[in-house]
Amino acid sequence: MTPAAQAQIQRLDTYLDGFAEFQKLAPGHDLPWLRALRENAFARFCQVGFPTTHDEDWRFTNISSIAETPFRLSRDVLRLSRGDLQPWRMEAAACQLVFVNGRFSEELSSLQNLPAGIRVRSLARQLEENPKEVQAHLGAYLDIQRDAFSALNTAFAADGAYIHIRRGTVAPAPIHLLFISAGNDAPLMTHPRNLIVAEEESQAAIIEDYVSLAGGEAAAALCNTATELVVRDGAVLSHYLIEREDTRAFNVSTLRIQQGRSTNVASHSLLLGGAIVRNNVHPVLAGEGGECLINGLFIGSGRQHLDNYMYVEHASPHCGSRQFYNGILDGHAHGVFHGRIIVHKDAQKTDAKQTNRNLLLSDDAQIDTKPQLEIYADDVKCTHGATIGQIEEEALFYLRSRGIDEVAARKLLLLAFASECLERMKEEPARAFAEKLINGCLLEVSKPREAAAPPRRADSGRRWEEVG
Amino acid sequence: MSLLEIKNLHASVDGHEILRGVNLRVNPGEVHSIMGPNGSGKSTLAQVLSRHETYNVTAGEILFNGKDLLAMKPEEAACEGVFMAFQYPVEIPGIGNTYFLRSALNAIRKYRGQDEMDAMDFLPMFREKLKLLEMDEKLMNRSLNEGFSGGEKKRNEILQMAVLEPNLAILDETDSGLDIDALRIVANGVNAMRSPQRSFIVVTHYQRLLNYIVPDFVHVLVDGRIVRSGGPELALELEEKGYGSMDLAAQGAAQA
Repeated sequence: MTPAAQAQIQRLDTYLDGFAEFQKLAPGHDLPWLRALRENAFARFCQVGFPTTHDEDWRFTNISSIAETPFRLSRDVLRLSRGDLQPWRMEAAACQLVFVNGRFSEELSSLQNLPAGIRVRSLARQLEENPKEVQAHLGAYLDIQRDAFSALNTAFAADGAYIHIRRGTVAPAPIHLLFISAGNDAPLMTHPRNLIVAEEESQAAIIEDYVSLAGGEAAAALCNTATELVVRDGAVLSHYLIEREDTRAFNVSTLRIQQGRSTNVASHSLLLGGAIVRNNVHPVLAGEGGECLINGLFIGSGRQHLDNYMYVEHASPHCGSRQFYNGILDGHAHGVFHGRIIVHKDAQKTDAKQTNRNLLLSDDAQIDTKPQLEIYADDVKCTHGATIGQIEEEALFYLRSRGIDEVAARKLLLLAFASECLERMKEEPARAFAEKLINGCLLEVSKPREAAAPPRRADSGRRWEEVG
Repeated sequence: MSLLEIKNLHASVDGHEILRGVNLRVNPGEVHSIMGPNGSGKSTLAQVLSRHETYNVTAGEILFNGKDLLAMKPEEAACEGVFMAFQYPVEIPGIGNTYFLRSALNAIRKYRGQDEMDAMDFLPMFREKLKLLEMDEKLMNRSLNEGFSGGEKKRNEILQMAVLEPNLAILDETDSGLDIDALRIVANGVNAMRSPQRSFIVVTHYQRLLNYIVPDFVHVLVDGRIVRSGGPELALELEEKGYGSMDLAAQGAAQA
């Protein structure tokens, strides 16, 4: 056995110990179907291990720092006060569910203001009190064969949000799910698992929000989250992912959307924080006439690595998907956009579009953008395009010539670029919330460039456009 | 004291000398027109005045209100009262016209130690200026210059000037590409702004605009130098004889 393989097995050992203990105590540990689900998932994870850059789906993202860290599950329940949460409150939300290191906190959550017809609760409690209701859905959609992190999440799935929206119910305001990663001496891992079922003709917006509690010397944390979103015929659903953990955090998020007939789903991702972030969005358009908007903005600086992996499956005729991702990268940040579209044999009249636009603010920032189209039907429309550019010097000069200072002018231009994504968010409270976060983040990357650098001409440098 | 004093200005871009010793003095309230053939350095002069960084000033000085203009950043020049109406205004998707203009006005007010203007105070004043330029308010809800016609862009430049109320406005070929109606509207906007405190430098290739904005002085720029200066009649002479006659004069000036 090679030393590398030995090291790999040793690392998996820490997960093995953790899993044995977890299986004894986890919510729903006495349910045979859930035990089997977790065991199968764990076996799959042990079989494939963590992906490497030799894996095509992980070519641009090296996660060896995640694989090499001996993460363990959080045991103690951390006591936080409502005051600690103040910076992350979303005032306009219909309700807020709070999870601390992966566990639901009833005293920190507020569940008023929900209309009849919408149930929002802890998945752990649901598994203890009424597991039958979730049995058909939990693990039915997430692909643990293709993705090791999904397998790992399923193996350790214990808590998260369970949201059920009854037929025809319309949520008046967004539902806010706040996941707090609180510092610890040892590196912690959490595997939040959310299940959202939107019945026929219902309508709601759900915000998953990942934050870190300021802890100066705390070790890095891994948050490996997965959400299964089931959207029944005619339902309209918006999902928001906000990643704003501290810049040492590792975050892997997987959103698996199952869309019925004539559904309308929007997935909005906002990646602002994290050291290494992997954002998987995997909608399956399984019913005729479904529409899916996949909208995202990632803003990185320092040494952040922000990877967006889209896997859009068209499995039925007459469906449309629109992917729009904008990236702003500064410092040594590295962004990835991988847009995979799969059109199955019967998905005629598919209309799929993909656009990835990027601004690189420094010479060391990097973006890898890769479209990947697999089309097995013969009557489809698929387009993709990507651009990489810098802030336009002429636009910057125009703003400055009107009296706006350089930092403010840069910020205005970046906000304009980000606004393309903001404008697609149709829920006003969520859009305003996102805009506030983006504003704070853009101030960081709007600092003037070094005066020594020669002014870039609009037509020089690395600037290209490809539309296929 | 004159508002603007340009002394022996030399400027180059990418190593090519474009301005070769320009001298010009503009007093408050005066309208100066700078005319010249393509490539004579008219736009370069305008860009240097608005502090575009592409142009490298190799010699000379510019005093604006007695201050060293060449030491100013573009935003400082703007806050000091210099305004440039661009020949090719850029389109900036995602920034609303009204929002942009109020931000600019407030940046200038802040620089001058004045209170910022809120939307309630801004709007009535803004609507007055819109009327002056015969512009549709709906256009202002759109992104900055985005999808504007050539004429709308030029009118938007003059609208910005009317809101920002500079001491010195430089109009860089504002007439190019305008039909006669748009030209008249733009000229009306400019004329309404004329005052004993405000000066204009009107850069143009053709005499046509000067029928509407009548200058006090006309200067002919050839090959990076002002080769002739005179009153409005000089523009008419140019229209009749063309710039060819000025080339000879330029050579004469160079030999002298």
